Amino acid sequence: MRQAALPLLFLCTFLAAWEAFCRLFDIPPFLLPAPSRVAHVLATEAPLLLRHGLTTILEILLGILLSLAVGIPLSIAMFFSPALEKALSPLLIASQAIPVFAAAPLLVVWFGYGMGSKIAMAAVIIFFPVTVTLLQGFKSCDPDLKILFSVMGAGCLTTLRHLYWPWALPYFFAGLRVAVSVAAIGAVIGEWVGSLDGLGFLMMQANARLRVDLVFASIVVLSAVSLSLWGIVCFLEKNTVRWAEKKR
Amino acid sequence: MLEIRSFSKSFDSRPVFSDFSLSAEQGSFTVLLGPSGCGKSTLFDLLMGILPRDSGRISLGGREMPDLRGAAAYMSQKDLLLPWKTLRENALLPVAVKRTPAAEDHRRAEDLFSLLGLSGREDYFPGQVSGGMAQRCALARTILFDTPVALLDEPLSALDAITRRTLRGLLLLLQSRFGKTILMVTHDVEEALLLADTILLLSPPPMRILEVLRPEGTKDSREESPSFAGMKRCILKLLQEGSR
Repeated sequence: MRQAALPLLFLCTFLAAWEAFCRLFDIPPFLLPAPSRVAHVLATEAPLLLRHGLTTILEILLGILLSLAVGIPLSIAMFFSPALEKALSPLLIASQAIPVFAAAPLLVVWFGYGMGSKIAMAAVIIFFPVTVTLLQGFKSCDPDLKILFSVMGAGCLTTLRHLYWPWALPYFFAGLRVAVSVAAIGAVIGEWVGSLDGLGFLMMQANARLRVDLVFASIVVLSAVSLSLWGIVCFLEKNTVRWAEKKR
Repeated sequence: MLEIRSFSKSFDSRPVFSDFSLSAEQGSFTVLLGPSGCGKSTLFDLLMGILPRDSGRISLGGREMPDLRGAAAYMSQKDLLLPWKTLRENALLPVAVKRTPAAEDHRRAEDLFSLLGLSGREDYFPGQVSGGMAQRCALARTILFDTPVALLDEPLSALDAITRRTLRGLLLLLQSRFGKTILMVTHDVEEALLLADTILLLSPPPMRILEVLRPEGTKDSREESPSFAGMKRCILKLLQEGSR
């Protein structure tokens, strides 16, 4: 509770200063809407925001699932095959050097204006932190424990199940926390480049009509989605790797 | 009987072993005592097949084996318990890597926990118990390997004096109750004298056996024996001379 108090206090002060600034200097809402106006739009346009928000949430969730479906097996394969790791590592790193904006139009061409290109965009952005942190987790395993498993005559899959996977779980969750924070960026960029639905599409439409208040309302919804996903991952982590907190 | 014949191993043309041999009777407790860095732990790595040897043969009960993987349990100075598993699950790990532990395995684990003074702690995680308890759980795991041989690599060196004393007695159970052939590595002379049937004094690399000693008297009475201090001095002297 005390931990949440300080950020909450800061947020309230920031919003109050913003509200005062808008009112004091009579800033037009198409330039910078006051927080009260954004709150009003959030309430009045709730059905619209909900409809577009659900599309974006679905894109983000499917993007996360897709990146996990590819990233987890790939990091396992790279861990057990150093040759594969050597071959793919430079490509993985190079893929991060490509700006997401450069990839977005291509993905729209390949996967169309529908949800596919946005899911792919979110997956592309999440894939790297998930894969790399999980691989790092596998590699950080205590060599003495590896010896113990070797002595017990455990095979690769058994060792993966009993040792490597649980050992790497804290790393996996660290990667997933980063991933869900940035997943929204991928989905929204995909929607900006070409879509007919979603919060990114709504923001573009609202911006074109100088409905800056609606743009801010969309940002608030998007932030709430990202924070909720982050909270869910933290909750899952706390309940899955409880042992990590019980160090001797 | 466990026999190791003509082991050779070099690292960067620096020999650690050169024609090293030893044998241990079935159900015996053999302690390898030598200075730090003499290659004691490397010998275990070779026996377990963790490191490849340059030459040499291993036989167990008259049967030639490439290494002791699957035929020997291993216990080190670190408890090597998995922090995400309970003590019971950790003890049953050698079973779990082969098959799903059955009710009989759980019953055996419970009996062992009772024998080792861990009753009531079965569902604790390693992070919730003391170092001594964790090492007792590691001992339970070593027993549940169900192998004829146990390799103990300084299993007590990370513990305090009182816990060491308690665990020494429990280590002897491996031999007396479970009939395992034990090879233990240590650099603690007192520990060697209190536990061993046979002590092999080792030289610095290339490792060779300086002396084979068989401490007198029963193990539980050795500490009070008048010759105990004399034997300790004698071993230390032999080790010092061998290091020159």
